[in-house]
Amino acid sequence: MNTLLKAAALTLLAGSVAAQTETPTLTIYTYDSFVPEWGPGPKIEAAFEETCACDLVFVGAGDGAALLSRIRLEGARSEADIVLGLDTSLTEAAKATGLFAPHGGWDVELDVPGEWTDEVFLPYDWSHLAFIYDKTKLAEPPRSFEELAASDLSIVIQDPRSSTPGLALVFWVKAAYGERAGEIWEGLAPRVLTVTKGWTEAYNMFLAGEADMVLSYTTSPAYHIIAEEDDTKVAAEFREGHYTQVEVAGILQASDQPELAQDFLDFMLTDAFQSIIPTSNWAYPAVKTATPLPEAFNTLIKPDPALLLSAEDAETMRKQAITEWQGALSR
Amino acid sequence: MVIIRSAPGPIVLALILTLTFGATAALLTVDGSGGLTASDWSAVRFTLLQSMLSAAISCALAIPLARALIRRRFPGRAATIALLGAPFLLPVIVAVLGLLAVWGRGGIINDIITPFGIPKLNIYGLPGILLAHVFFNLPLVTRFLLQGWAQIPATQFRLAAQLGLTPSARFRIIEAPMLRAIIPGAFLLVFLLCMTSFATALALGGGPKATTIELAIYQAIRFEFDLGQAARLALTQFALCGAAALLALSLTRPQPIGGTIATPDIWPAHSRAIRTQDVAFLALLIPFLATPLALLGINGTAALASGLPTGLPKAALTSLTIALASATASALMALALALWLTRLSRVQGVVVEGLGILMLAASPFVVGTGLFILINPIASPFALALPITGILNAAVALPFALRTLVPALRESEQRFGPLSQSLALTGWSKFRLVTWPTIQRPMGFALGLAAALSMGDLGVITLFAPPGIETLPLFMYRLMGAYRMADAAGAALILMALSLALFWAFDRGGRLGTHTR
Repeated sequence: MNTLLKAAALTLLAGSVAAQTETPTLTIYTYDSFVPEWGPGPKIEAAFEETCACDLVFVGAGDGAALLSRIRLEGARSEADIVLGLDTSLTEAAKATGLFAPHGGWDVELDVPGEWTDEVFLPYDWSHLAFIYDKTKLAEPPRSFEELAASDLSIVIQDPRSSTPGLALVFWVKAAYGERAGEIWEGLAPRVLTVTKGWTEAYNMFLAGEADMVLSYTTSPAYHIIAEEDDTKVAAEFREGHYTQVEVAGILQASDQPELAQDFLDFMLTDAFQSIIPTSNWAYPAVKTATPLPEAFNTLIKPDPALLLSAEDAETMRKQAITEWQGALSR
Repeated sequence: MVIIRSAPGPIVLALILTLTFGATAALLTVDGSGGLTASDWSAVRFTLLQSMLSAAISCALAIPLARALIRRRFPGRAATIALLGAPFLLPVIVAVLGLLAVWGRGGIINDIITPFGIPKLNIYGLPGILLAHVFFNLPLVTRFLLQGWAQIPATQFRLAAQLGLTPSARFRIIEAPMLRAIIPGAFLLVFLLCMTSFATALALGGGPKATTIELAIYQAIRFEFDLGQAARLALTQFALCGAAALLALSLTRPQPIGGTIATPDIWPAHSRAIRTQDVAFLALLIPFLATPLALLGINGTAALASGLPTGLPKAALTSLTIALASATASALMALALALWLTRLSRVQGVVVEGLGILMLAASPFVVGTGLFILINPIASPFALALPITGILNAAVALPFALRTLVPALRESEQRFGPLSQSLALTGWSKFRLVTWPTIQRPMGFALGLAAALSMGDLGVITLFAPPGIETLPLFMYRLMGAYRMADAAGAALILMALSLALFWAFDRGGRLGTHTR
């Protein structure tokens, strides 16, 4: 029976071993939705391979948090040269692993909220968190967390213990209200219909009509307008400002292709990469694109102020912020 | 037993122990910090509560449902029994959306009741979790019970009719011993399945009150990277499940035997009360199970009308390959373990089966991460991703295969053991002539379950997912993650259809060649 298992294993294995070639391979770990053919991955791969004389391979590894834990598990033995898809709530923990190498700087003007000073990670896109609602069902959406708490609306959010937008929401409340965060959460608790493991569950439940609003991104309506010609999904603009999720990439210390990896980071901030982002990753590019964004992006809300905790603050506040959230919602 | 000496059984057990305790121990080697916090303990309490209730309700409803399905003949009965495989095999997110389409705030029940001024039904909280877990597991227990009822010789029912036994006496004398043989094991399987529930419990639980141990493990591995903490939580989970397994398995009594096996198609006339009761249970429970599936079907068909999402056939093929390989591995592992087990003493048998079932109590995150740590120094876990996925899926399906094979093998031995001995029938010829015909049906059921389970699995593959390899559930999940809900609904329908077809094909395969229906 043991031989049978082995035989089965070998048969399966045969399909998964890639053909070895002379051209160098650049391996990039990223989150799941980046990789499929409708995601940005394949287009970016084709564009970069035109210039690099290399083989670019994207590997999907769950979500942002899964990416980091995968890298920590593999350590120096990792086949990855670059990790693309962490956000600023995870970068401090990522740097603390010592597995990432400083990048070689950038020579373009970044178009990212806040001033960019990170020496290890470079941004490639960003969006704001927002509560999405259906304007045909909800005429007067709340204009702040306090109005939301005072309403009789139901919301679906993601769990900060298992989801990156969920964690960013906790930071949003923290960045907007500081000491009052716990109190705000107590007010919001009755409005929370349920909490899900990740974005996918929450967004699907909203689309199925379960809740009046769902935590997603200001850029989500752009998808519905462009891909589905549906302009009923709208983001509610909150007075206290919206939290920003900046997505970043960094080079691994143990990369066997450091120069190629740096070439990719440079390429990442060129128009060839950036112009692919808006309508495939449904986020704002990190550098102004040569051609203007599609018309649908002009209809999106432009939050003011854009809130963002520094990576250091995010790391030190994380546990306490989650505890406050959990305490308020567990009553 | 020349060809099946004791070696394969212990090897399978060793493999299971490596996958469970070995993987957990690997996490402990990385680092360790504090103990379980107060919120971890409340997660433990909540996990136990919802698992106990889910298992109890599933078993309590499965008894009248199985009995009604056995006793009543109605159009669509065979299709109903086949569909009993479906809820259990669906990926969690699909099943949750299906349930919400019926029970949710925007579901059809609320559409019906709100015009009458009845307040909106709100299932979020413990009721939602129980609803989902019963939806998943009631069909499973029912399938186990149908098998138990089919094993009761028709002559016993005829005899009962001749003797004029009252329904309650008939239940006590004929049916209760069968239930005693099946229910504890089935309860245990449901209990364990619900223990490791995470996405369902959270989404329908309405907030962090509904935290299970599995969520705490996920958090420890993914966000805190506190592998020691994950290992401690996993060990707590093992301890609880181990205790439950020993208790349930030691309560199990073998089903009494005698007479000939045949589907009890000659039934004594039933009173009107019994008939009404059967019809009531069928009328309530079949729609409960079928409506969410039907809605998923309608949704998916509409989506597929605009064409297959590209990439789907390839993903489906990958999933089918893994499913067939792991079903084969699972059935062989179960057979090896079961043959060994039936020759052990009762106490040893309980311990071995308890350990064999442990895989169900294992968090896929702990097992996956542990294996990663074990394999990484030797080879690239990427390169081994598919075989690992296959073996893990096989190991997860093993408990189901064991639960159906062990009773069948015990019975075969009891019934034909002495006869084979007097005929000096041993080894391969005994297996072929005596053992195989009696276990063919349970084997088919086990293969079908294992294949379908593996088909719908989304746990292991996400941890190892190598470049370019996509299973169908992963493909579907990625569609959903990229706003493409309609394509995802189509993929979900194809996934459901393929899982069900696999289950049906094997389950049916096991029935061919035997005289029972």
